[in-house]
Amino acid sequence: MTETTLPEPIEEVTIPIQLDYVYTPGRSSSMWLRGLAEGRLIALQCPTCEKIYAGARGLCPMCGEMFLPDPIDVGPNGTVVTFAVVNVPSKNIDLELPYVSAEVLLDGSHTRTFFLLRGVKPDEVRMGMRVRTVWKDESEWEPTLANIKYVEPIDEPDAPFESIQEFV
Amino acid sequence: MVDVAVVSFAQHNAFREDERNEVEFLQPVIKEAMSNIDLKTQDMGFVVSGSCDYLAGQAFAFVSGLDAVGPWPPLRESHVEMDGAWALYEAWIRLQHGDIDTALVYAFGKSSPGDLPRVLSLQLEPYSVAPLWPDAVSLAALQARALMESGGVSDKDLAEVVARSRSHAASNPAALLSGSHDVADLLAEPMYADPLRRHDCAPVTDGASVIVLAAGDRARELSDNPAWIRGIDHRIEAQGMGLRDLTVSESTRIAGQAAGVADGPVDLAELHAPFSHQELILADALGLGADTVVNPSGGALSANVMMAAGLTRIGEAATRVSNGDGHRAVAHATSGPALQQNLVCVLEADK
Amino acid sequence: MSKSPIAVLGTGQTHHTAKRTDVSIAGMVREAAERALADAECTWDDIDAVVIGKAPDMFEGVVMPELYLADALGAVGKPMMRVHTAGSVGGSTAVVASHLMQSGTHRRVLTLAFEKQSESNAMWALSIQMPFSGGGVAGAGGYFAPIVRAYMRQSGAPLDTGYKVVLKDRLNALKNPYAHLHQPDITYDEIANSPLLWDPIRYAETCPSSDGAGAMVLGSEEVADAASRPVAWVHGTAVRSEPTMGVGRDRVSPWAGRKCAEDVYAEAGITNPREEIDCVEMYVPFSWFEPMWLENLGFAPENEGWKMVHDGATALDGDLPVNMSGGVLSSNPIGASGMLRFLEAANQVRGEAGDHQVDGARKAVGHAYGGGSQFFAMWVVGSEKPTN
Repeated sequence: MTETTLPEPIEEVTIPIQLDYVYTPGRSSSMWLRGLAEGRLIALQCPTCEKIYAGARGLCPMCGEMFLPDPIDVGPNGTVVTFAVVNVPSKNIDLELPYVSAEVLLDGSHTRTFFLLRGVKPDEVRMGMRVRTVWKDESEWEPTLANIKYVEPIDEPDAPFESIQEFV
Repeated sequence: MVDVAVVSFAQHNAFREDERNEVEFLQPVIKEAMSNIDLKTQDMGFVVSGSCDYLAGQAFAFVSGLDAVGPWPPLRESHVEMDGAWALYEAWIRLQHGDIDTALVYAFGKSSPGDLPRVLSLQLEPYSVAPLWPDAVSLAALQARALMESGGVSDKDLAEVVARSRSHAASNPAALLSGSHDVADLLAEPMYADPLRRHDCAPVTDGASVIVLAAGDRARELSDNPAWIRGIDHRIEAQGMGLRDLTVSESTRIAGQAAGVADGPVDLAELHAPFSHQELILADALGLGADTVVNPSGGALSANVMMAAGLTRIGEAATRVSNGDGHRAVAHATSGPALQQNLVCVLEADK
Repeated sequence: MSKSPIAVLGTGQTHHTAKRTDVSIAGMVREAAERALADAECTWDDIDAVVIGKAPDMFEGVVMPELYLADALGAVGKPMMRVHTAGSVGGSTAVVASHLMQSGTHRRVLTLAFEKQSESNAMWALSIQMPFSGGGVAGAGGYFAPIVRAYMRQSGAPLDTGYKVVLKDRLNALKNPYAHLHQPDITYDEIANSPLLWDPIRYAETCPSSDGAGAMVLGSEEVADAASRPVAWVHGTAVRSEPTMGVGRDRVSPWAGRKCAEDVYAEAGITNPREEIDCVEMYVPFSWFEPMWLENLGFAPENEGWKMVHDGATALDGDLPVNMSGGVLSSNPIGASGMLRFLEAANQVRGEAGDHQVDGARKAVGHAYGGGSQFFAMWVVGSEKPTN
C-alpha cells in the first residue's frame, strides 16, 4: 500500500455574498423623512404616555401604541445630552477622524437623535451644550437625515445636567 | 405535565407591505390577540417570538418587533431565530414550570424587500453548497422529482393538493390565494422549476401571527373551549440533500409519534407544506387517513409568512378545534430546505 | 408542578482567538461540544436535545445555522433549537436549555453558543446603515461611549476606574488558557496611554473580536446525583427585556437588568447578594460596565460601584471577585460570550476553574446583556442542590 500525502488544508475561502433589499421605512419613519425633505423635523406623540418621539420608528416602544397622526415640529435647536469622540474608522462611515458623535435632544422632543457635532474642539464638548442643526443647501434636500450635515454650538448657556439627566 | 391550551389566535397576511414596517403591521395583530381575551401584553407571564433578521436585511431586526409588545415595565422575554412554532414550543416548556400561567407567542416576517429564495440559500452549508446558490424552490423541486420517481405520486396528485388548498382557502378570510380550479387547468400551466409549477409553490407573503397560551384553570377562564396541547415534539434531520431520503419525512414521523398523533382520530390537520408535494410526504409521515381534512385553512399554498406560517398552522388548527369544527387536530411546522426540521403538535378540545 | 432541580454536568470551550483558520464553523463548535461531553462523562448518544444560540447571522453569513450544524452537533433525530437575543444570547441560550431541563422532558441537554465572526465583518454587521439614516455611530463603542460618559458624570468616579478594570481582567486572563488576549506585560500606564477610540473609551478598554464557542451539558437531578465529576446546581435563572429606544429608559442602569437580578435572586433565595454570592462572571465588553453592572445587579449602591473597583473588592483575591476568567474584555466571540460567563460561574462552584479558581466558591452569578442595554439573562449556580 502506498502512502498518500494529503494536500495542505485550505485555510480560507472567499465567498462574495450580495443580497439586494428594497427597504420600507414604515409610516412613522416616512413622516420623519418626508418632513426632512421639506426642511422640517417632525416628531410624533404617543396617545398614552404623551411623550414626543423624534425619528419615531414605528410606534411608542414603551406603550406599544401607534403614534397620533398629527405631526409635531421639533428643533431646529437642541441640547447635547451625551456624546463620544470617535477615533475609529468604519466601513460604513466616511468621515475624518476624530469626529464627535453627539446625542441631541431636539427642542420639543423627548428622544435623542444622533448627529455629527462640529465647530468645537473635541475636548471642549460638554454635556448640556446648546446646538443648532446645520442643513445642506435646500436644492440638495431628499427624504433623509443626511440633509442635516451636523450640529454646531449656539451662543446659549449650557442646560444644567439635572435637566437632561433623565434623557440619557 | 401541566395542561396548556391555545386561547387566542390572530394573523395578518399580505402580498407586500409597501407602506408599513414590521412593527407597524405586527402591532395590530398583537392587539387583536389580546383583545380576544381582554388582556394586555403586560399581563403575560412570558413573551417569546420567532423571526429572521436576514429576511429584513438588518442585523437586529427582531429587536424592533419587541416595540409592538410595549415591554415597559420590562418583560420576561426571549426570541428564537426560527419559525414562531418553535417559539411556541419554548413557551409551552416555560409554562410547564408552573409559576406562570400565560404566554404570548408572536412571529413576523417581511420577505417582500428581499429575494427570499436567495436569502434561504444562505441556510445551506457555507463552504461548498451555499456558494452554488441553490435556491429554496429548486431544492424543493429536487425533492418533488425524487418523490415522483419513487413511484406512486404524479403531477396530477400535486395539482389535486393545490386545487384542494385553494378551495378550502375560499372560506378563510386571511388567505391570499383561493378559488376553484380544475386539475386539468392547473396541469396546463407552464413549469416553474420542473416538476413544480408556480401554483405548487407558496406565495411570498408578508405578515404576522400571534398566539396566546394559557395553563390549566387560567385557560378555562380565558376560553370557553380551549384547544389543549396534548402532545408537542420536534426533530431535525441532517441538512445535506444526499444524506437523507427526501421522499419521506423521518423527523415528522418521529415527532408525530412522540406527540401521540396516533393516540386518537385526527379530524383535521394543518400541515406546513410550502410546496404541494410536501403535503403528501407529511400526511404520510403522520399516518393520516382519508377521514382527516388536510389544511382546511388553505395551508401555506394560500398564504405563507416566512417565520410565522408554522405558528399559523397551530393557530388555524386550534381555532377550528375550539369552534367545534373538529374535536382533535394535528398542526405541523417546518424549517430548513426540503423539510429538514419539523414540529408536530396535537390539539384537542374538551367539547 | 414546579421546576425540577438540574445541574451542569460538564463544560467545554475553544481557545478563543482572532481567527480560526484550522476549522470550519462546524469544526469549531464540535470542539467545544466534545470537551463538554468529555467533562460530563457522556457520549453524543446520551444527549436528548440540543439548544444553541448565537448573535446575528450576518456575523458569519449563514442563515439559521442550526440547520447546517445539526449533524456536527449530534442532533440528527433529536429536538434542536436556536436562540437569538443579541449579545445576551449566550446567557439566554443557557436559560432556555435550563427551562427545557426543568420541565422534566429530558435527562441531558447539550447547550452551546458560538461566533466565528472572522468569517464576516462584525463592525459592518453592527453598523449596517439603513437607507435614509444620518449616520455618525460607528460600531457598538459609538453607541456605548455616550452612556459611559453619562455614568462618569453622574457618579463622579475617578477617570481611571476603567483602567483598573482592564488591568484586573487582563491579568486574570493569564490564568485562563482559553482566553483570547494573553498580555503578560500589560501595565496600568500602557492602558492609560492607549489611544482613545470612542472617547472616553480607550483601545485597551475594549473587548477583542474573537472566534469561539462555549458549551455545557445540563443534567437532570437523577443524572447529576449519580455523576462522579463535580456538578454545579442551577439555583435560579431569569431573563428580562425592555425597548431599545424609549423615553424614561435608564441606559446607565437599565430597569430590565435590575428586574432580572431581582428575579434570579428571588428564585435562588438570595437576599443579600453582596454577602451571599462568592464571585461573579458578568458581561463587561467595555471597562466601565463593571462598576455600572455592580450597581445594576445590586452589589453596590447607585453611583458607588466604582468604589469596589478601587478597593480591590473585585480582584481575584478580593471579597467579590468579578470576571475571574478575564471576562469579555479578554475574549469576545459575541454570541458565545454570555455562555462563557455562565459556564465560568458553573466551573467556579464545581472547583473546576483551574488557576483562576476562587477558593471556596460555593455560589456564583453568571450574567449577560445585549442590544441597546436592553436584554438581560442571568443565572445563579451553587455547589449544593437548591433546597426550595
